[in-house]
Amino acid sequence: MFYRENGQFKTSYRSDQQILPITQDRIAMGVILAIAFFLVPMLASEYIFKAIFIPFLILALAAIGVNILVGYCGQISLGSGAFMAVGAYAAYNTYVRIDGMPVIAALLMGGFFATLVGMLFGVPSLRVRGLYLAIATLAAQFFCDWAFLRVKWFTNNTASGSVSVSNLELFGWKIDTPLDKYLFCLGFLVIFALLAKNLVRGAIGREWMAIRDMDVAAAVIGIRPMYAKLSAFAVSSFIIGVAGGLWGFVHLGSWEPAAFSVDRSFQLLFMVIIGGMGSIMGSFFGAAFIVILPIFLNQFLPALGNLVGVTISTAAVSHAEFMIFGALIVWFLIVEPHGLAKLWSVAKQKLRLWPFPH
Amino acid sequence: MAFFLETLLGGLMAGMLYSLVALGFVLIFKASGVFNFAQGAMVLFAALAMARFATWIPAWTGIENQIVANIAAFLIASLIMFVVAWVIERYVLRHLVNQEGTTLLMATLGISYFLDGLGQTIFGSDIYKIDIGMPKEPIMAFENVFQGGILINKEDLYAALIAAILVAALSLFFQKTATGRALRAVADDHQAAQSIGIPLNRIWVIVWFVAGIVALVAGMIWGSKLGVQFSLATVALRALPVVILGGLTSVPGAIIGGLIIGVGEKLSEVYIGPMVGGGIEIWFAYVLALVFLLFRPQGLFGEKIIDRV
Repeated sequence: MFYRENGQFKTSYRSDQQILPITQDRIAMGVILAIAFFLVPMLASEYIFKAIFIPFLILALAAIGVNILVGYCGQISLGSGAFMAVGAYAAYNTYVRIDGMPVIAALLMGGFFATLVGMLFGVPSLRVRGLYLAIATLAAQFFCDWAFLRVKWFTNNTASGSVSVSNLELFGWKIDTPLDKYLFCLGFLVIFALLAKNLVRGAIGREWMAIRDMDVAAAVIGIRPMYAKLSAFAVSSFIIGVAGGLWGFVHLGSWEPAAFSVDRSFQLLFMVIIGGMGSIMGSFFGAAFIVILPIFLNQFLPALGNLVGVTISTAAVSHAEFMIFGALIVWFLIVEPHGLAKLWSVAKQKLRLWPFPH
Repeated sequence: MAFFLETLLGGLMAGMLYSLVALGFVLIFKASGVFNFAQGAMVLFAALAMARFATWIPAWTGIENQIVANIAAFLIASLIMFVVAWVIERYVLRHLVNQEGTTLLMATLGISYFLDGLGQTIFGSDIYKIDIGMPKEPIMAFENVFQGGILINKEDLYAALIAAILVAALSLFFQKTATGRALRAVADDHQAAQSIGIPLNRIWVIVWFVAGIVALVAGMIWGSKLGVQFSLATVALRALPVVILGGLTSVPGAIIGGLIIGVGEKLSEVYIGPMVGGGIEIWFAYVLALVFLLFRPQGLFGEKIIDRV
């Protein structure tokens, strides 16, 4: 009844091609942004910021990056953790070694170096694809793990091998409380999500999707595979690199290479699968799901155990988490390969007719 | 010279174990086109089952004989791997027939997480020992050829022997039995195999079961060397470059690729490692495989990859 586009006529190409063509969508987006920028800061507690919102924002950003590569361009990548690590360490080095480097510039430099590394490891994608490419990206993962652990220059010769950043400041605004950090990450996420959304609905995004659907055919109709694939690698690893910088600078504060291990790569891939491949909105769903599920299980499973009189240890909870993740991945791949985003669009379709479906 | 030979031998032995894990990959890929990321989880799962039943059986039945306990544990673990194969076929693969390779790859990632969690929930997550009575003492060889001779681990020799027997048994199974022939037919062409009456679903259960047995043997050998623990699951990640190097569809490729990677890792660690800070064996194999991919994507012995629109 409320969600209908009847009577909303488009009189120009411009209005027909906007991101949110339906008025109700625009209103909903405005409401969501208002909630994110004003309501959440007023209501949420410090713990909620640290445990849920900040990780969610940063991982959603990383998931957008992974989604561009895996979901839009169809190049499966198991090296996302490595690109995050490159972003984090490059940002760290530019921030520490250059005096007076602004935080934002350092983070963008992190993204830039991640882009370079991403394109380097994207070169094999010109020759191989599918399973073979997954292995090639794993090479990036293991190489970066090793480099940041063993090459002392990257960690500024700290004795422990762990690096830390403090006193973040943006034009005189000190980013130290969880609320500040939340707003800082939110700003990044909103800008990059808009950027990504516009990229994927433009010419370059269509090239990526053509390559994903069938690369030989795409080449036949005049899309340069090298350009399309490498640009997907570049854009994706830039976003992932910035997310990595944020993860290190804002969320962790001090970190070791283990923070960006191969498990992180798998986690990001799972976000994309569960959230929905080839959907920017899906990245948000996936990130939210993967951030919240462990917290939920940690609270819920022991409570459930108490109900039936069994004590469930934290180890058992973490094993159960493994099992539930694994089962969910398989379940989503079988039942709903397009993930939560598809469920959302089905719901939207139903909502159009509701409450009078005939 | 003696030191070089020792490193070389150590590499060959490590390579033998990589080959065993890689063999599991190749078997499944040949027969079902699935790149089985869960092979490492299967190794861990099988080894955990074996290790736990080997201690549980004497405790339950009062039979103290270690050989009997080990054999019984092996059989029970095989049975468990059969159940795993059946469940995977029935509840995962059957629903994903004709999907793209990458989808199947991600599904096996899910399976691998599930098996990791399940194995540790059922069997516990401590470090367990598998004792199949392999001798530990080293022997010296070629003492009259080199100064001081070469140190060879007897345990490694037995492991290599077991691996060789397994490979021989597998190739006999593939070449001489009706089931083996059916497996090869399915590997060549799914549709043609189905049209002459080979039941695909049963074949997949069998091939996953065979891969499970290979995983069990690999887990047994690794487990008796290093103890059964969670890190065993990461063995699969070490064996991935092996299949790339050897070719995804070739059994001899898995063996030779494993040996090359094993030797390459050890030699690079010893001779190049100190120059760049050590620990390079983790990525050396991957970079080797990556370079290989650029020039020969199908691997050493793989079938040529042909694209058709």
